[in-house]
Amino acid sequence: MSNNQAREEALPIFISNVTKTYGKVFALDDVSLDVKQGEFLTLLGPSGSGKTTLLMVLAGFTRPDHGSLRFGDREVIRTPPHKRDVGMVFQNYALFPHMNVAANVGFPLKLRNVPAAELAERVEGALETVQLGGYGERGIDQLSGGQKQRVALARAIVFEPRILLMDEPLSALDKKLREHMQIELRHLHDKLGMTTVYVTHDQREALTMSDRIAVINHGKLMQLDEPRTIYDFPANTFVADFIGESTFVPVAVAGGKVSYDGATLQTAMKPDGATKYNLMMRPERLSFVSGRKPKDVNVFKGTVSELVFQGESFLMYANLSDGTQVAVRGATQKDAMAIVPEVGESVSLGLHKDDTVLIPDTGDMPA
Amino acid sequence: MSVAESLQAPVAAQADEAPNAAGLKADAAKERMQLLGLCSPALLLVTVTMVLPVIWLFYLSFLSDEGTFSLEHYHRLTASKAYARIFYTTFQVSVLTTVICVAIGYPLAYFLAQLPRRAAALCMITVLLPFWTSLLVRTYAWLVLLQRKGLVNTWAIELGLWDEPIKIVHNLNGTLIGMVHIMLPFLVLPVYASMKAIDTDYVKAAANLGASPIKAFWKVFFPLSLPGLFAGALIVFVLCLGFFVTPAVLGGGRVIMVAMSITDTIELFFNWGAASALGVVLLIMTLGCLFAASKLLNLDRILGGGKGGH
Repeated sequence: MSNNQAREEALPIFISNVTKTYGKVFALDDVSLDVKQGEFLTLLGPSGSGKTTLLMVLAGFTRPDHGSLRFGDREVIRTPPHKRDVGMVFQNYALFPHMNVAANVGFPLKLRNVPAAELAERVEGALETVQLGGYGERGIDQLSGGQKQRVALARAIVFEPRILLMDEPLSALDKKLREHMQIELRHLHDKLGMTTVYVTHDQREALTMSDRIAVINHGKLMQLDEPRTIYDFPANTFVADFIGESTFVPVAVAGGKVSYDGATLQTAMKPDGATKYNLMMRPERLSFVSGRKPKDVNVFKGTVSELVFQGESFLMYANLSDGTQVAVRGATQKDAMAIVPEVGESVSLGLHKDDTVLIPDTGDMPA
Repeated sequence: MSVAESLQAPVAAQADEAPNAAGLKADAAKERMQLLGLCSPALLLVTVTMVLPVIWLFYLSFLSDEGTFSLEHYHRLTASKAYARIFYTTFQVSVLTTVICVAIGYPLAYFLAQLPRRAAALCMITVLLPFWTSLLVRTYAWLVLLQRKGLVNTWAIELGLWDEPIKIVHNLNGTLIGMVHIMLPFLVLPVYASMKAIDTDYVKAAANLGASPIKAFWKVFFPLSLPGLFAGALIVFVLCLGFFVTPAVLGGGRVIMVAMSITDTIELFFNWGAASALGVVLLIMTLGCLFAASKLLNLDRILGGGKGGH
């Protein structure tokens, strides 16, 4: 089967008004979102946010209270899991321990009555796709974590499902392998072209792999956007805090003008009518300013309170005039470090106006 | 002081190459001795109540009535057809009991394993309830229920299931009913435990890959529950081989198993040698079954809780 063909067959997913309650707790609270054909969409949220529940609804393992779920034109909300025809990679892989690698990967084909010769061929093909060609006779016990991961993936794609679901598939791997697999999974997705829904609590993983990210908290969709947009222009305090590091500085808004400590700020966009705003400061977007104020940069004055060396970067904490502590991150090359002030010195921090992002203060400020 | 000096002397001598090696080795040895010390009461108990009597049993079985060494008791066992019948009955009752226990116990364990934790605990108590009653009481209770004018016959006739009282006790049927009742928990417990240890994701994965619930059960759940099933069946079978009270009471003299034959030999004929020979043969046959099972089924895995696959 050629790649283009697979791409054509990938199905969009339409989720509308899906609600699931456990007692009085909303695991999913009226969630509506569409996954485009062939897209790599990540459901991102802290544990207990409902992201896994949503994936389980897609797979058919969790029965929602109400809502609609369509794969392409087909309504599947009441379709049992074994008739949904979606591939899934489980968090703990769920490889059958009483079968070898080939039997595991061949399992879905056998159920579909694929003739033996074709079955063997497709199993080997799937194993080659995940770079495990020739591993068919191995027992599951004999595989490393990374290899199990690949077998689970091969088993999920071997029957050429048009939708692929992944539930934190890399969480059991060590950091190096995880980062390697992130790139590899993304390449595989581009090659096979299946519509992919990926669940993770790791924001860096989400930013690395996704076409779009759906941030979920308390069973609600907080924001659905491309990684850059999510990072640069978070829609609310939760997203701003959950993705990346950020400090929130309360600012005064009056007559369309934004000011902090008496000085008017240049902002990326105009305030849109909320009553209270916080300024989001990303540690890596702040810089040291000396001498004259550069064009298009807002300057904040403060006093250095702590300096932490973290290997590839340093982290500096400074107290602004109103007492808010902000963090500044910078690279640790010699010349960059030369201008870092000592603890107790006063410092001027610059924030480009495009990085001066206002977040409506919805009252759920993180601690 | 002298102890301390003698301990330190070799340490000092080796200090250049491997500092403290001797001292660390001594510490490790001491810890092993302490562990051994902890299990010594159990070890002593097993030796006195198990190992010594078994040796005594072997010794007795080779003594003739005159007190000299002989194989006469074993000769009698092989010569007499009555003994062959007894061993046949023993295995017949054990196999049948095991098979019926599996047929009833596996679905029961499956049902329990699907229940939410609390309900399962409650049901498990009802499974274990019989353990709190004496074996003898339970056996006699069956006698009362199953006899000619017992509850079962009376009710069945009143309901019109059959017209005449039928014989359901003092024969093989009665023996099996009683034994299955007593053995069932021994099967349900290990099967339930092994089912609970099966990750529900396996069954979900099977469904996701296209297996209907029935296929998912037979291709994934059932094979993974087999170690527990084998363990339970083996326990039931081995316990049955040496069973006494229930066949004695409910068999009505028609179902004679080895354990009963041993009692008769001692109580009626005061022949300790012959009784010991019977005991030895039963013991060896039981060990033989365990050995065969371990060869066939990889017993370490079964007794290890069936987690070999993980």
